[in-house]
Amino acid sequence: MSEVTSLDMPRLEAEATEKTVLGFWAYLMTDCVLFASLFAVYAVLHGNTFGGPNGHELFKLPYVLVETMALLTSSFTCGLAMIAAQKRDKSQVLFWLGVTFLLGLTFLGLELSEFHHMVLDGNSWRRSGFLSSYFTLVGTHGLHITFGLIWMAVTSVFISKRGLTEGTLKRLTLLSLFWHFLDIVWIFIFTIVYLFGSLSI
Amino acid sequence: MSPKVSEHNAHPLSLGKYIVGFLGSVVVTMAAYLLVTRGSLSKSVLVGTLATLALVQFIVQMVFFLHVGDERRPRWKLMVMFLMLGVVLILVLGSIWIMNDLNYRMMDSPQQVQKYLKSQDDL
Repeated sequence: MSEVTSLDMPRLEAEATEKTVLGFWAYLMTDCVLFASLFAVYAVLHGNTFGGPNGHELFKLPYVLVETMALLTSSFTCGLAMIAAQKRDKSQVLFWLGVTFLLGLTFLGLELSEFHHMVLDGNSWRRSGFLSSYFTLVGTHGLHITFGLIWMAVTSVFISKRGLTEGTLKRLTLLSLFWHFLDIVWIFIFTIVYLFGSLSI
Repeated sequence: MSPKVSEHNAHPLSLGKYIVGFLGSVVVTMAAYLLVTRGSLSKSVLVGTLATLALVQFIVQMVFFLHVGDERRPRWKLMVMFLMLGVVLILVLGSIWIMNDLNYRMMDSPQQVQKYLKSQDDL
């Protein structure tokens, strides 16, 4: 490694960002533990339908596939925003963040509409142990997405006002980690809740 | 790790990696979806295949989107991740094990009671 002089500011700032990223990473990993406990609850309760519908009767897979693709694509466009940020191209960053936001909003809208129809059909979280654990697990993910979208909107405003400074770049980096992480959690919701559920396991 | 990496940013991002990650994830998701809707595998094989596909997609996204393993030594992010995986495995498998065991011990059907009594006689 080359020698670091005491006045090497960009290097020091990069190191500070690296530490922040590591701290945020540690938060994400503990968030995984939160999701893991909700998955465990779901795994234990998913058979307790109390005479109500099971996953096979309830889930519409084509609908969920559209949700999944929207979120997956938003994860990709978030990566494109990061690449644009690396090239210090402000308008491109804002464009891809906008696309990511709209895809995330689409996902959230689809999910809320799904919840809405379930509740209208009398299959709310009060119906059975299975539905309580379902709404808690998927709802917690949706809540994360909601906060991610708020964060994304705030970061976009910061970037458009202040430009791509060290500070806004740091926020953007953390946001992209958060967003990719939520997509990874969704893989398991898609597989364990929806795909396994529609096999009525 | 090449010395280039330590220039300014810790990870120079590449478009190619994101595209590979995205296409890989789409293919795996579609494969899992089609296996459930169109496939004719038996249930137990299907469950194993779907779990494997989820694991593959987890690794693909961890590597291509979250750049796990890209950092310079010491690899703290990787270590924190393995700690998380350990805790998650204990939590999930432990819960399922304990709750299934409790469920068994509650013995809601007469057949189960008979089976339990038999197993006690053998001792």
